[in-house]
Amino acid sequence: MSAGIGGRAAIVGLGQTELSKAAGRSETQLAAEAIRAALADAGLAPADVDGLVSYTIDPVEETELARAIGFRELAWSSRVPYGGGGSQGVLLHAAAATASGAATTVVAYRACKSRSGNRFGRAQVGTQAGTSHAGTTASQWCTPYGLLTPASWMSLNATRYLHTFGLTNADFGRAVVQLRQYAATNPDAHFAGRPITLADHQASRWIAEPSIRLFDCCQETDGAVALVITDRPRAASFAAPVGIAAASGAAVGGEEVATNHYRPDLAVMDSAVALGRRLFGSTGIARADIDVAMIYDAFTPVLFMQLEGLGFCGPGEAAGFVADGHLGPTGSLPTNPNGGLIGEGYIHGLNLTSEAVRQLRGVAANQIGRPQRVLVSAGRTGVVLERW
Amino acid sequence: MTPGRPHPEPVRTADNHGFWDAADDGRLAVQRCAGCRAWYHPPRPMCPACGSLDLRWTDVPGTGVVYSYTLLHHPQHPAFDYPVIAVVVELDEGVRLVSNLIGVAAAEVRIGLPVELRFAPTVAGGQVPVFTVAGAAQR
Repeated sequence: MSAGIGGRAAIVGLGQTELSKAAGRSETQLAAEAIRAALADAGLAPADVDGLVSYTIDPVEETELARAIGFRELAWSSRVPYGGGGSQGVLLHAAAATASGAATTVVAYRACKSRSGNRFGRAQVGTQAGTSHAGTTASQWCTPYGLLTPASWMSLNATRYLHTFGLTNADFGRAVVQLRQYAATNPDAHFAGRPITLADHQASRWIAEPSIRLFDCCQETDGAVALVITDRPRAASFAAPVGIAAASGAAVGGEEVATNHYRPDLAVMDSAVALGRRLFGSTGIARADIDVAMIYDAFTPVLFMQLEGLGFCGPGEAAGFVADGHLGPTGSLPTNPNGGLIGEGYIHGLNLTSEAVRQLRGVAANQIGRPQRVLVSAGRTGVVLERW
Repeated sequence: MTPGRPHPEPVRTADNHGFWDAADDGRLAVQRCAGCRAWYHPPRPMCPACGSLDLRWTDVPGTGVVYSYTLLHHPQHPAFDYPVIAVVVELDEGVRLVSNLIGVAAAEVRIGLPVELRFAPTVAGGQVPVFTVAGAAQR
């Protein structure tokens, strides 16, 4: 087994719109603005781009982008499935495309209006069997029973997790306090200037009892993120390349994504176990080499299950790991220093990648020293990014 | 506990309709591979163990235990009474189903509760499988 694409491509441009609750413009415009910003950051022109990658769930059409931005000739494009769990897959695709020569300069993007537009957290009784290839086909088994949102689906797994290890929602709360502390000093965060205590967390209303309270949920957000990726020889001539040291997906057979109520043990995130094995197994990168971790925190239990699945602590040990302060700025694994999806906002997880790039460039709002390697995990896709 | 309001109609597909058709008929049917005898849920068109396309809807008694649960408070949809008691039931056959637990107070729901099968009406006049605590007096 090998995450063999590692070391052969780099991120050379980053663009991101403001994060808001009401962008007041189309997803296509948000994407175009983020991509223009990313190209300017890289010192490239639209005509230099010959590859595009996004997500099956993204509403923006490649053709609409091309005529808005002025791409001249796209040689390659693709989309990644698995909803938010697939959010780091765009880097795997882009690295593979550029390293293989299928494209030289790839733009990865995500644009959403998940607050002012189609809200994930709104209760809807859908009549469609399909789900934008987001890996949640099994929502067809949930809807008749009132499980209508990602939080409701996830909470079934989270209750089993709490039960298995004898934990409570307050254990999740300690992680949220840390995330909100980071967000408090990140001007771009939804919760800038608004830290909370554990008591505040425990006073927030139940969304799904006994596992998920309001403050355990990520922020529905409007905005867009874009990254420019090129192959290693080209990247070396750019001002601030961030290397893709390892990239992998780990879609474990038989699994769903958010409606995954059928895997052998719901207290263990099999895909994160597989991802950890792929990112740290044969790549020559050890878990101890990770200076900062960006971990997909759509809901707090997903963060806990990834800490354990990826191997940063053992099964059931995330609560102690968090309580001991390991996620904080002076901990052994500073995690989501932008405040995460819970504290900063939710651009489908790609804003975690933005923060990883900022940390490696040394320009983050909550800069964690001078990191050499940053992990970004979405649970079933992930990358290790590094400073060259 | 008063009877809940009718459930939203399930989405039927070419691969899942056998489950919902059986429920309309008052039966719980789970896919079983005629080749290797393995049970599957949610259903699928091919057996991942042996490759057989002969997956048969097989009636089961609907007894099992609560493997996990959640009490849903927000957001609320007019089709449901809150809190919604949602469960993952592990059937005696080893497969898991997402469903609701009825006839029980929210505070009494626990992992490991033995459950048995009931049916509840849908808005279109069909039925969906639901569960109640095994041995509980029937309304």
